[in-house]
This record gives sequence, structure tokens and C-alpha cells, in this order.
Amino acid sequence: MTEGTRAARLRKRLGAGPRLAGYLVPVFAVVAALIIGAIILLRLDANPIEAFGEMLSGAFGSSDALISTALKATPLLFVGVGITIAFRANVINIGGEGQMVAGGLLATTTALVLPDLPAIVMLPAVLIAGIVGGAIWGAIPGALKAYYGVNEILSTIMLNVVAVQLMNFLLRGALIDPAEIERGTRIPQTERLMDSADLPMMFGSDRLHIGPLIAVLAAVAAYVLMWRTPLGFRIRAVGLSRDASRYAGIRVKRTIVLAMTLSGAMAGLAGAVLVFGSESHRMVTDGSTAGFTGSAGFNGIVAALFGGLHALWTIPASFLFGGLLVGGNAMQRAIQVPSALILALNGLVVVFVVSSDRLRRRLLSAGPDLAAERAPPDSDPAGDGAVAPEGDEP
Amino acid sequence: MAEPQLLEMRGIVKRFPGVLANDGVDFDVRAGEVHTLLGENGAGKSTLMKILYGLYAADEGEVRLEGASVEIASPTDAIAHGIGMIHQHFMLVDTLTVAENVALGLESSRGILTDLDRVSERIADLSVRYGLHIDPEAVIWQLAVGQRQRVEIIKALYRDARLLILDEPTAVLTPQEVDQLFVTLRQMTSDGRGLIFISHKLHEVLALSDRITVLRHGRVTGNVAVEDATRQGLAEMMVGRQVQMVPDKPTVVTTEPVLKIEKLTVMGDRGDEAVRGLDLEVRAGEILGIAGVSGNGQRELAQSIAGLRGVESGTVQIDGADVTNLRPAEVRAQGLAYVPEERMHTGAIAGFSVTENLLLIDHGDKRFVSRGLLDFGAIRKHCQGLVDEYDVKTPGLDTPSQTLSGGNIQKMILARELSGTPKVLIAAQPTRGVDIGASEYIHRRLIEQRSESTGVLMVSEDLDEVFALSDRIAVIYEGQIIGIVDAATATREAVGLMMAGVEPEAIGE
Repeated sequence: MTEGTRAARLRKRLGAGPRLAGYLVPVFAVVAALIIGAIILLRLDANPIEAFGEMLSGAFGSSDALISTALKATPLLFVGVGITIAFRANVINIGGEGQMVAGGLLATTTALVLPDLPAIVMLPAVLIAGIVGGAIWGAIPGALKAYYGVNEILSTIMLNVVAVQLMNFLLRGALIDPAEIERGTRIPQTERLMDSADLPMMFGSDRLHIGPLIAVLAAVAAYVLMWRTPLGFRIRAVGLSRDASRYAGIRVKRTIVLAMTLSGAMAGLAGAVLVFGSESHRMVTDGSTAGFTGSAGFNGIVAALFGGLHALWTIPASFLFGGLLVGGNAMQRAIQVPSALILALNGLVVVFVVSSDRLRRRLLSAGPDLAAERAPPDSDPAGDGAVAPEGDEP
Repeated sequence: MAEPQLLEMRGIVKRFPGVLANDGVDFDVRAGEVHTLLGENGAGKSTLMKILYGLYAADEGEVRLEGASVEIASPTDAIAHGIGMIHQHFMLVDTLTVAENVALGLESSRGILTDLDRVSERIADLSVRYGLHIDPEAVIWQLAVGQRQRVEIIKALYRDARLLILDEPTAVLTPQEVDQLFVTLRQMTSDGRGLIFISHKLHEVLALSDRITVLRHGRVTGNVAVEDATRQGLAEMMVGRQVQMVPDKPTVVTTEPVLKIEKLTVMGDRGDEAVRGLDLEVRAGEILGIAGVSGNGQRELAQSIAGLRGVESGTVQIDGADVTNLRPAEVRAQGLAYVPEERMHTGAIAGFSVTENLLLIDHGDKRFVSRGLLDFGAIRKHCQGLVDEYDVKTPGLDTPSQTLSGGNIQKMILARELSGTPKVLIAAQPTRGVDIGASEYIHRRLIEQRSESTGVLMVSEDLDEVFALSDRIAVIYEGQIIGIVDAATATREAVGLMMAGVEPEAIGE
């Protein structure tokens, strides 16, 4: 009997059940998180159905709600798209916050230094500046990891701290609005940036700027990069096996740095969009990173994981989490429960998604693709799973 | 024979999701005999032994020890029933002494105080009685592989195992060490112990066994006394069809060296000199087999040629071009193809599909990229061609490689490596862990490369393979080529002695 017919027989026996269930695992994870949320709501003497209803209508129930959700989702999507690139290279980029700040700062500085750029150049210039700022902030930990074996989780978190202090320093000093000094109020914010750098509005709205559109385009571009180009192929190869990639002639270290650079660039773009799409059209700090980023640098990771580290799936994932955040605020206003509950729900979703990943993979691999030869029996125990030493290209 | 039945396994069935690993297997061992369990990877040998050792629970069937039905739920139970297992990968703590390793997991005769002196004493006794030559005070990491294996045997003897399972015990030994092991094992059977020997090396099976049971796809396909067994017959029971044991080799006129290695020194992972001033030439149209006990620099040699490991000193030339310390891609550009030892770790990416693995090296080639994007039409056509040509059995091109069998993964790697026209092919352990059918196929492909005037450097720990395929055999010992012999005239004994470090002059041939 050939393996082909055996696989076919196996397919027949297993049917589509486990595979379908595998795809639905993330949905179950959300439902499970909502159930726990409901229990907490009950403990708070709130009606969960009413609460979730408020949340739903607050997030998706009107065009105004949808715009809020889209705007909230935008930085999540940018960061999430970047995360899909870094994580696929097996570099755990936790530095989205810092990379957003760096992008925002460089974009703001560009707008302040070159105020007279013609409008047609101004907007691309500030967006590119954002990309460059984030790229640099991503490339540093990328290079540290690739060439010196520095753990990227630590270095990116540390660089988040560096970025926020740099932001506070610049916004209280070199970049501060001169009016703040004159008035003596010294609020750490820039002046209102040039009109020519304002993000254009879409659909005749006065709030919905083109940020969400750029983010979706970025997601599509990242998808093409990762799945349709040789570079994306190399990034994925390096992420799955540095040893095999090196053996195949791929420049592993360079690829790691590049992946982190691209990842940072996406977050940097998020930072620029936050500044030039903000209602005040300034860069402002409250002294913390989250004051600027709204924690999108972290929540974007959640969106990317929820989207299965796939750029296109990250689009709906970002809108879902954007909706959760917007809806959470609506729920708080309507039934007076702390919106921190939403952050907790967010966290629960992550825990469920991440911890169900094994289950999802098992269900998916039990599907028709399993070749009959695949074996627990007699399989080579030393075959896989060994962690490669930090690479040393000669 | 009237020996009592030590072990009886009846109608053992074990199912894994999608796989029937054991399908009504009957197996028994008499006291004082060596009963070999033979079969290809995935035939169900290990599953059966894991059931016996309490690592898996059988879905059906019963296990009887000395006539009594027993329930073995864990290795602890198995040990209590006098079953010992020598694993292929040793279960020893490197930083502890032999005595400490043996005492691990045992109750001390002094309660909460250790009784290592008593343990040592008994080890010394056992060591003398079975000719094991093991110092109870030696620390494990200082011991050679063969000695570590004897420590495992002592562990089992110390626990007074009546029934001992040996899982591919010869894989890591020189031929002489194998002979020594067999003497020890004979000594053990003469004490009335029963041994289960798992191997796929047919000549060893024939040399050691009293009886042989062959498994294929989870079923017993043969049970013969050693007197009635032949290599050919056993191989056919394993594979289920006719097998050509030794491939035919056409005569090829060998010419210029295509791979020239001079005074090569390469560091190992521990910062020691794994390859020490090694000289070697491989000519176009020959297969040069490197024989040697694992860990004598074979891995480092192959890696340094391929640019994966830095060369300290010396040179590597491919067809006259110096490739010393070039990047892997640059060495490949000079005409190197490399089938690496660690198939799933280096040779292929487990999470990649068959297509992606076939594309691993050429993904940037202009045949497969149009306007900056991968041209999946051309790629699929190319890959389908390779899959067909190299008989890679896969449900589809998008199937994750990790679901393929070892033999098919190796064929996939071979297809990729040979799809160019290499001048030099390094094949490291090309058929280790590969089923017989795929081994045959791979051997034919290697010989075909030789006919096409590729210089083939084959590293293998399987002497049968080295003798069957090579034109010349170079024996590597402690990072140097200790001798090169003509494969047609060399003897296993001479090569075996060189593998143990005996200079060819001292062998006197």
C-alpha cells in the first residue's frame, strides 16, 4: 500500500472534525475569556448581558463607534504587522512601545525642523521619518541579538524605557512648544504641528483620517513580503531553523537584523500616525510611554498572536481588540464598571489563545496532512527541538 | 529447547492517533536466549518495548512474566519485575561517578545515609564477573561511549534484571567493541537471563541471536531460529519484497582530485581541536568513505568544508578553487552539495512544506523569481518534477515536511542537493535511521553521482555501507586520517582496528 492511499484512508477515518475545531480554537478562547469576564461582572453586581451589549454597541453599533474602533485599531495593526515579521524570524520583539515613541519623535522633529516643506512632500516626509525612527529602534536590539547574542526580550524592554525618557527629555526641552515656556506652564508638548502634515480625512468624516487605510495597506504589503518574496522566505526560514538556514546559505544574522528593522519600522509608522492623526496635532507626553502609545506596542503583540502571526489575519484581530478597548470604555460609562476589566479581558484572551496554541496545532496536524508514516513509534528522539546555539557565522 | 518462558507477550495492540503501531503482536523470550526484534523505523519495535517497560499502556493483549500475568504501569514496575532497559541514548548523569549513577533511584541500605562504598564494592564484583572493566569511582563524562554503555549494563545487572532490553546497543561502538559487548551479553545469557536485542544491522543480528522476530507495520512478519535465517531472507521480511543488498557499481575511471584538503585544523564545540591537521583528497568519479567511531571529527570535517564551521588553519579546495572559510553560499557556488548528518535539524526545516524545503537553497534563483515575487507556477513545476524524479512519497507539495518519514525526508534533501550539478557531494550518514527501501534508493543515487564524475565524500558509521559503496575508505581517528585503504581489498578487521586508533603499519598487511 502506498503512503498516498494510506493518507487517504486516514483522512476518511478522521474526517474534517478536528481540523475545523483547530481553526475555531481562537474563537473558543475569546468566548472563554468572555465567560470569565461575565463571572467577574456578576460579582460586581452588573448584568453581563447588558454589559456586553453596551460593549458591542459602543464598539460596533454606530458609524461613530466604528470610526472610534478603527482609529483605536490602527496602531494595534501597525505594531501587530511588525510583530508578525519579527516573531516569524523568531525574534521576540517586545519593543513596540519604544519603537512607536522613536518613530513619533523623529517624525515630529522632522516636521518641526522642516516646517516649510511643500504639502505634497511634507506628509510623506514625516511618515518616512516615523518609519526610520522605529526602524533604528528595532535594528539596535536586532543587531545586539544577531551579533552579540543579547536576549532581545530584555533589550527591547530596556529600550522602551530609554525611548520614553528620551521623549520626556525632548518634549520638556528642545521640542517644547515655545508658548508653554512663555506662559510658564511648561506642559511637555510640542506646538501645533504644520497643517501640511495633518493626515487627510476619509469619507468626509472629520475624525476618520487615512491612518487605518495605511495600516491595512501595510498589512497587505507585509503579507506579500512574508509569503511572496525571497526575503520573506528567508525570514521565515531563519525563524524556524537558524541552523538549516545557515546550511542553506542564508545570511542568518543579517536577516535577523532586517526582520527587526522592518518590525520597528511598522511600529515607528504607528507612532507617526498617532502624532499627525491626533486631534491636537501635537506630540504630548504625560511622562509614561502609555500616555503616548495607549499601550498599542503591547496590545499589537496580542493582535498579532491572535491573528496567528499572519499579517492579513492581524487586520480583523486588530479591529476586534480595538473594538474591545472602545467598547470597554462605553461599558464603563454605561454601567459604571471599571474599564480595567477590559484590560483584564484582553489579558485573558491572550492567556487562552497562547495556551490553546498547542491544542490548535494538534488538532490541525491531526487532519488530512498527517502522513501515515509519522510515528510516535520508533521515531528519532534526538530529531528535533534542540535549541541552536547563538549563531556563529564564520 | 526446554528453557522456561521468561516473557510472553500475547496479542499486543497499541494505537496512536492515525497509526496502528502494534497490531496483535506475539513475542516471547526464554531464559538464556537472545531474542532479536528486527524491523525498520516505524515498524513498532520501540512501541512494543515501551509497553514492556511500562512507558506505554497496551490497548489490548497481555504480558506474562515467568507464566504469571503482570500489569506493568511504569518503569518502576518493570524494574521491580526484573526488567532492565539499555536505552540507545544513555540515561546517565555526566557529572556523577559510576557508583553514584548506579545508586540513583535505589534505596540505600543505610536509610538516609548513602551506602556508596557498598555500591562500589558490588559494581567491582559485577565488573569482574562480566569482564566489564569499569571503575566505580570514575566520573561519567570522562568515560568513552563504549564504557558508558557498560555502565548502563551494570545498572541493569545491579538491579538484578532477569530480562534485559538492548535498544540498538551497537550503534555507537567500533567493531571490536561490538565483539566485546557480545561476549558480555553471552555471559549474561549463560546466567539464565533473557535478552531482547533490537537492531537493524543484519550481520550483528545473525552473530548474536538465538531467535529473530521481524516486525513490519506493527505486525509480526517472521519468527525464525538463527540457523534458518539469512540476511537476504531477513531483509525481505523487514521490507516485504525483494531487496538488492549490495548495489552494482559500474567502473568509473577516477581522475583529478576535485576536493583537496590540506593540513586542516578545525575546532569542536568544546573548543578542542576536533580536526587536527587532516589531509584528504577526493577524486572526481569516486566515492571516498570516511569510516570512524562517532565523535572523531567527522561532523566538524564536513561542516568546515561546507563553510559552516570556521577553519583554524589549513586549506580546502574544490576543483582548484580555494574555499577555505568562505560563506556557505559561496562554497555551494563552487560546486558543493551537502547532505548533512542532522537531517531534521540542519538539512531541512521541519515546519516548512516540501516545496519550501526543496526551495531552501535556490529560493533567490531567477528561475523562481519574477519581478521580485516568488513565481509559484515555476516553483511548483520544479518541485513536482523533483518529487517525481526522486520518488519522494508525500501526500502533496504543501505537506509539512515533519510529517514525512525519515527516508522520504532524506530523498527530499537529496533531490534538492543533486538538482544542480555538484562537483563535490558530501553525504554524512546518508541512510542512518532510513528504511531499507529508501536506503537502497539513496545508495543508487550516490553511485549515479559517482558515474557522473562527482567526487563523493561519504561519512558513515555503518561499516556495511562504507564497504558496499566506497572505492577507497579513509579511517578517521581523533581528527586525523589514520589510514586510507582500497575498499575492494580491505578487511573489516583492519578498518575496525584503525577505527580504534591502531596505525595501519601496526596491523601488518
